[in-house]
Amino acid sequence: MYKRSAWEKAFEAGNIALLALLGLTTLYPFLYVFTISLSEPADINRIGLHLLPTDPTTAAYAKVLTDPALYRAYGNTLLRTAGGVVTVLLFCSLTAYPLSRPSFPHRGLFVKLIVFSMLFNGGTIPMYLLIRNLGMIDSYWALILPLAVSGFNLIVLRNFFQAIPPELAESAKMDGAGELRIFARIVLPLSTPVLAVVALWAAVMHWNSWFDAMIYLNDASKQVLQLYLRHHVVDASTNLAIEFRLDDMSAIVPENLKAAIIMTISLPILLVYPFIQRFFVKGIMLGSVKG
Amino acid sequence: MSKAPAASAGASRHERRGKSMARTMPQLRVYRQHKGLLLMFLPGFALFFLFSYVPLYGILIAFKQYRVLDGIWASDWVGFAHFERLFAGNDFYKALRNTAIIAVLKLIVAFPAPILLAILLNEVRQVFFRRFIQTVSYLPYFFSWVVLAGIMFSFFGEDGGFGQLIRMFGLEPPDNLIMRQDYFYGIVTASAVWQGVGWGSIVYFAALSSIDPTLYEAAVADGAGRFRRIWHITLPSLMPTIVTMFLLYIGHFLSVGFDQIYNLTLPTNTEAADILDTYVLRRLQTMDFELGAAAGLFTSFFGLLLVLLSNRLVKLYDKDQGLW
Repeated sequence: MYKRSAWEKAFEAGNIALLALLGLTTLYPFLYVFTISLSEPADINRIGLHLLPTDPTTAAYAKVLTDPALYRAYGNTLLRTAGGVVTVLLFCSLTAYPLSRPSFPHRGLFVKLIVFSMLFNGGTIPMYLLIRNLGMIDSYWALILPLAVSGFNLIVLRNFFQAIPPELAESAKMDGAGELRIFARIVLPLSTPVLAVVALWAAVMHWNSWFDAMIYLNDASKQVLQLYLRHHVVDASTNLAIEFRLDDMSAIVPENLKAAIIMTISLPILLVYPFIQRFFVKGIMLGSVKG
Repeated sequence: MSKAPAASAGASRHERRGKSMARTMPQLRVYRQHKGLLLMFLPGFALFFLFSYVPLYGILIAFKQYRVLDGIWASDWVGFAHFERLFAGNDFYKALRNTAIIAVLKLIVAFPAPILLAILLNEVRQVFFRRFIQTVSYLPYFFSWVVLAGIMFSFFGEDGGFGQLIRMFGLEPPDNLIMRQDYFYGIVTASAVWQGVGWGSIVYFAALSSIDPTLYEAAVADGAGRFRRIWHITLPSLMPTIVTMFLLYIGHFLSVGFDQIYNLTLPTNTEAADILDTYVLRRLQTMDFELGAAAGLFTSFFGLLLVLLSNRLVKLYDKDQGLW
């Protein structure tokens, strides 16, 4: 058995300490905001670690949840996320499947076009002009359709479909099944892992998107959740104390509110994160297969 | 007499059509054979083409005097006038300087960080600890930069968690840390590592776990210590992945993270925070589409040039590597 020298033991201990420190620095800002959202104003400015609220209060959440704009933004984001996931799954899988079939005409050219699109794009302004010319300003289609078919998803799905034994499709063809039937009855049921990855990806992407909503939607009632957050927490010109009518008598301060808004918006992601992160890791592996 | 040439012309036209039919027939038959697949493929491909390739045509307005009513094609060509306007403006140089500084900082710090993390993780024997650190390190990647910037403002703000932590050790944190222009580049680089290091390490970690363990066993038998093994086995095995990731990265060299920087911009740090992407956004807001498109083209063209150049260099070194 190989014996570790003292030098190597020191390296191992140092390595573990370093990684633990990395983990703590990554996590603490999140934990801090969570704690502040539940803390009494008097406790917020206390020097030291804020690991758990000493005297938890949900006053800030109660205040945040009275804002009708929050519910509207939540609904809008849910809508775009649901619509986005459905369109991504539908169009990406239907488009990627033919590319996985060796006999499909111009397959090489199509794949080249897809790869090139990942290296070079028109940029913000040509995209904005296109959306405007399509009459999609102030429409949710402007948030959903441009993200429906991405080069990366196509490559990931195609790689997965390609790995399905072609004999399965051929024998179904002998039995007289059409392409769509083969796809729906044989290929899709075998592809649930990769479809789950693509769907989760699309969900997180749509949940987190805001720039498209910012430039394509002018109507304030269509505002998405991330822009609600941006307005209330990130935008330095917003005065939360005025917007939420806080005064000296209030049991909360803007710091509470900001933290509570961040938590309210991050909650869905935090809840599903432990379950979905391994799917994402799997997805990266699928995408990294060269070809 | 007068009819004959016409007739022969007609005949030859007919012949020609026949010939071209013969040439296209097999192709048509191929399409007909794949009718089902083509019908599945085309709607999605049309969407893809519309939103990935039609905007490339819109780039033309960088060379035109765009009039909305006439459309892009009918608007007059103005050559490089918009680019001259772009390069004559101080705003552009300020944005270019900030972009270049942030791009270089991210290339030096944020690009290699995941490689280092993957190597360190690979040296950990305690599987549970390693998995835990991995899971934690991916977390920030799942949040938008709006959320992350909100957390940073709260954490690094006046009387925020960072200051409270520093004061616990009897030290004083810098005043207005998150608002200051002179810290901006550092904040952007550090937060980019925070957000992306774990996620970026996945690819490298996967490459590491596919290294043949007998290589390490042989090295141990030869008396190689841990550092020698990292240097002579781990790093060389990672090289193809590093090269591929580098080429993908360099294509977006001047796209230094609009989401991140836009959300971290405050009235007090705009001098350092104005990058090419925010420059383009401002042109969009003032409806100076041509200038914005010119700046956007500059950014993406530079990236494409870097990919082509780097890919060529990589190929000179090793024919089998590179993106294509």
